[in-house]
Amino acid sequence: MYCLSGHPTLPCNVLKFKSTTIMLDCGLDMTSTLNFLPLPLVQSPRLSNLPGWSLKDGNAFLDKELKECSGHVFVDSVPEFCLPETELIDLSTVDVILISNYHCMMALPYITEHTGFTGTVYATEPTVQIGRLLMEELVNFIERVPKAQSASLWKNKDIQRLLPSPLKDAVEVSTWRRCYTMQEVNSALSKIQLVGYSQKIELFGAVQVTPLSSGYALGSSNWIIQSHYEKVSYVSGSSLLTTHPQPMDQASLKNSDVLILTGLTQIPTANPDGMVGEFCSNLALTVRNGGNVLVPCYPSGVIYDLLECLYQYIDSAGLSSIPFYFISPVANSSLEFSQIFAEWLCHNKQTKVYLPEPPFPHAELIQTNKLKHYPSIHGDFSNDFRQPCVVFTGHPSLRFGDVVHFMELWGKSSLNTVIFTEPDFSYLEALAPYQPLAMKCIYCPIDTRLNFIQVSKLLKEVQPLHVVCPEQYAQPPPAQSHRMDLMIDCQPPAMSYRRAEVLALPFKRRYEKIEIMPELADSLVPMEIKPGVSLATVSAVLHTKDNKHVLQPPPRPAQPTGGKKRKRASDDIPDCKVLKPLLSGSIPVEQFVQTLEKHGFSDIKVEDTAKGHIVLLQEAETLIQIEEDSTHIICDNDEMLRVRLRDLVLKFLQKF
Amino acid sequence: MPEIRVTPLGAGQDVGRSCILVSIAGKNVMLDCGMHMGFSDDRRFPDFSYITRSGRLTDFLDCVIISHFHLDHCGALPYFSEMVGYDGPIYMTQPTQAICPILLEDYRKIAVDKKGEANFFTSQMIKDCMKKVVAVHLHQTVQVDDELEIKAYYAGHVLGAAMFQIKVGSESVVYTGDYNMTPDRHLGAAWIDKCRPNLLITESTYATTIRDSKRCRERDFLKKVHETVERGGKVLIPVFALGRAQELCILLETFWERMDLKAPIYFSTGLTEKANHYYKLFIPWTNQKIRKTFVQRNMFEFKHIKAFDRAFADSPGPMVVFATPGMLHAGQSLQIFRKWAGNEKNMVIMPGYCVQGTVGHKILSGQRKLEMEGRQVLEVKMQVEYMSFSAHADAKGIMQLVGQAEPENVLLVHGEAKKMEFLKQKIEQEFRVSCYMPANGETVTLPTSPSIPVGISLGLLKREMAQGLLPDAKKPRLLHGTLIMKDSNLRLVSSEQALKELGLAEHQLRFTCRVHLHDTRKEQEAAARVYSHLKSVLKDHCVQHLPDGSVTVESILIQAAAHSEDPGTKVLLVSWTYQDEELGSYLTSLLKKGLPQAS
Repeated sequence: MYCLSGHPTLPCNVLKFKSTTIMLDCGLDMTSTLNFLPLPLVQSPRLSNLPGWSLKDGNAFLDKELKECSGHVFVDSVPEFCLPETELIDLSTVDVILISNYHCMMALPYITEHTGFTGTVYATEPTVQIGRLLMEELVNFIERVPKAQSASLWKNKDIQRLLPSPLKDAVEVSTWRRCYTMQEVNSALSKIQLVGYSQKIELFGAVQVTPLSSGYALGSSNWIIQSHYEKVSYVSGSSLLTTHPQPMDQASLKNSDVLILTGLTQIPTANPDGMVGEFCSNLALTVRNGGNVLVPCYPSGVIYDLLECLYQYIDSAGLSSIPFYFISPVANSSLEFSQIFAEWLCHNKQTKVYLPEPPFPHAELIQTNKLKHYPSIHGDFSNDFRQPCVVFTGHPSLRFGDVVHFMELWGKSSLNTVIFTEPDFSYLEALAPYQPLAMKCIYCPIDTRLNFIQVSKLLKEVQPLHVVCPEQYAQPPPAQSHRMDLMIDCQPPAMSYRRAEVLALPFKRRYEKIEIMPELADSLVPMEIKPGVSLATVSAVLHTKDNKHVLQPPPRPAQPTGGKKRKRASDDIPDCKVLKPLLSGSIPVEQFVQTLEKHGFSDIKVEDTAKGHIVLLQEAETLIQIEEDSTHIICDNDEMLRVRLRDLVLKFLQKF
Repeated sequence: MPEIRVTPLGAGQDVGRSCILVSIAGKNVMLDCGMHMGFSDDRRFPDFSYITRSGRLTDFLDCVIISHFHLDHCGALPYFSEMVGYDGPIYMTQPTQAICPILLEDYRKIAVDKKGEANFFTSQMIKDCMKKVVAVHLHQTVQVDDELEIKAYYAGHVLGAAMFQIKVGSESVVYTGDYNMTPDRHLGAAWIDKCRPNLLITESTYATTIRDSKRCRERDFLKKVHETVERGGKVLIPVFALGRAQELCILLETFWERMDLKAPIYFSTGLTEKANHYYKLFIPWTNQKIRKTFVQRNMFEFKHIKAFDRAFADSPGPMVVFATPGMLHAGQSLQIFRKWAGNEKNMVIMPGYCVQGTVGHKILSGQRKLEMEGRQVLEVKMQVEYMSFSAHADAKGIMQLVGQAEPENVLLVHGEAKKMEFLKQKIEQEFRVSCYMPANGETVTLPTSPSIPVGISLGLLKREMAQGLLPDAKKPRLLHGTLIMKDSNLRLVSSEQALKELGLAEHQLRFTCRVHLHDTRKEQEAAARVYSHLKSVLKDHCVQHLPDGSVTVESILIQAAAHSEDPGTKVLLVSWTYQDEELGSYLTSLLKKGLPQAS
């Protein structure tokens, strides 16, 4: 297994399994953008007047690229992303890419468009549709604020050393890339083949892959990669909580040789239910005091659950007159799409469709005008905008998207609150370029993915022989090194990997499936060796096509083609590859001698030796050494005699 | 001998009450459970006594599969499960599961409330029946039990229609239900992979028809509707609430918009809005165009089409009415038909197939005087048009599907015997596979010969593969191994491994032959001559001259020794094991002939 990403929840691994090369997920590490200055939608005097940063010795040659804000240094440039490793393995050899959920496919265009990749990508329909929305939003956010400057000086290794943290410690900065274009997104998505849960997909006849519901998001899946005798389970972003998606399929993960475990909760100490409660009460409190609430979020996922909670909450909390705004270039699409994927939803929501009613209550919020959605702050929104209000908008990194505008707009008033629900970015780092800030900041990360208690339960349940996980899960988090409960605990200990590492998975492949044609099966003669165990020797022709093996009956011996043609000497040379069966058993001397006599040998003499016997046929000058596990016939060059003796010996032995 | 048995209880050389029993590798599956529109007596349901004669349905059947929500495919389901009694799983897709109970309820209402039938299934029975349903997703492999698995493929036809693959081990049957190989205004085309089933059971409604392009038919349809409306006539289009209706609505809606027409379009029964709602929620099951544009505009939100009220039928002026049911056999469409039939300005357009015995079938076959209930005779003066909009595959489409799936045998159902006969010949000619068309109650038995999967040890397989990757047709190589059968576990291993596993020792059988050679020279030289001789003859073999003077051919050892009595003779000791028997035997006879004289 080749590990291309160091981010445990945005994995990218390449598995070489039998003769196939399979990429598992294609996560894009966007935390790199936290090192950049936000991209404001509206010219921000504050941001454009930040002082340039200079080295301790006063050298200011970097002041165009690096700006300082409240003691932190930011790159003033188009934000860039940290790609999966592209040098560790030739990515053009990847046969297929399996996507587990829409968050884990954001690096797809980089891989499919720029590495010579010619394979197929497999993902479920919601994953593709919502993944497309996420990519579209990302591209839109970046492209609508064209930035002339693309900083690169600071990336120079010698210069990077001199920079303050976290810039100094940023990894692989030379490989950071700017965002892809919509054209690349479309081309990448066109390589995806849609799959359904529990669909068995054959890869080159050698391997079968199957997506299973993982319970984390719409269409999110775990994958089983198996041949007839080996099974790898790839668990990525799973949840056992009951939110909107179909529950996780655990039973199918049983009997794995190797279970690759990624995408656990990023906030193992927070309880999602509690966080939702806190979210609602903080929201209500702020609004009642006349403040505005800003919720930086992705356009799909937890937002559906939050809207559903609010749907139940707003009337009882007396918030029914407060407008809720959802601003994203894909807001409308996201809300619409969520309603048509009934098959991928939990049971409760599925049954709604039978009525027929939309599965999510946000349809009603929209109908009653409580929730309004806009593609951006420009246009209709500016006319409808009323305060106090609640705004859901992206991007959660606070570096681009409409959220930047609201941060600038509301940051100076302590009446307002920003509530962080997405767990992907550290909220303190996200806020750094907005400091000093008067606005209240509430951190309610909602991460429904598995926590360590659930993991240990899951592992007990499905009993994999080996567990493989990112290094972060094999030890307690650095900040809480005493919390031994915040790591994977299993026997044998989990094998851990880190970015750019190659891991040999512990497989013992011993068997392969082969099919015996019925005609051949009919001709086999089994004999019972022990009670319940039968043997049959098989001589057959092996046919291999598309990695499938079939045994066919051997052809009938060809009729000798008469003696007319003069044979060349080489025609007679037997093919040494024709295998004779192995022999087993032992030869009882007395019976053997009797048999010899029956067949006309008269002058037989038997001598005892240390290990057995020697049978002498004096006239024929032939000697037969018989021991427990061997028989040796030594004779003159009399083929007739030898063959007779051979056949007599064989009668006493079993053939295999 | 393993076999696959197929018995249609309905839809055998007939259209209506589809119900086909399949036995495959000891598993019994019932495909569809429909009613017959042409009958209102016992014959409307399949004859389940075929099964119940010998026991309970639940004991006999492993599962029931419903292909789509049309009543001729699911109409008998509550009767079957609640009145005859079946408690096993019933599989269908999610849209089918959603829409099926509504149509069943509709059907029940017409039968009980309108026709006053007693001993019909009740609303509660429909509900109880639907509780036994398990939803299947497209392409999902559903494990019915450890051995039996089913998989659904997209079939077009109507929302949620699916074809099903039924598989046990390496044996499989594909049942198409009703399908459509050309995408229409709201659904996509049926698709199946090259799954090579032992048997493909396909519908054959349009076994002999090859339809012209869809566009022409649409243009014709619009033209006829337009003309009638222009001259002030009324157009009646009998449809089923779901399916064709939506396609025609989309068609008329866009036409009305384009031509800016004002004549009202109505859709009868309260089902409309609800039905369209289902289409909105099941967008992933529609065609690509609708799926792509639904966010901007949901095609199933109609502006020009309004709900119909019974009173409208008598209002003057032109109008277009979609009314249910589609074959004019009962309900609102028949009522409206009776009102409008006498006026030659009006038109009825039958957009789908009509089963024998229905009013629809009668007027389509040219009958103009209809005997109605109470001996009334209805004279039909209105124009009668037939437009094949029903979403069945035509002959070309059926052939296309057979080509896609590459089955070993084909079995035709859901069609008329005469037409089937024609298609059967065509299939047998073109694909060189057997084609069957059993009548109801008649059983087709197909012997199968499933190959037996065993595990082969990787060592043995790799050894074989390494020896020759390309199979040589002239000189096939034999793989030799031992099959170990323990319980039901079959493993093929090398003979060495088999011995080891069973704790048996190998018995080595060795031969040593003395070959006398006339040679006065020393032993070493004799050996050298033997070596060069063998080397020249046995070009494909590994012949070596070892430092100790002995010669080896593969693993056969040849040593030269002096003769104890005759100095002019040397004795060659040729020694080999039983595994090299052929080569050893060959060598001795070769050496016996002597060595060529050294030149």
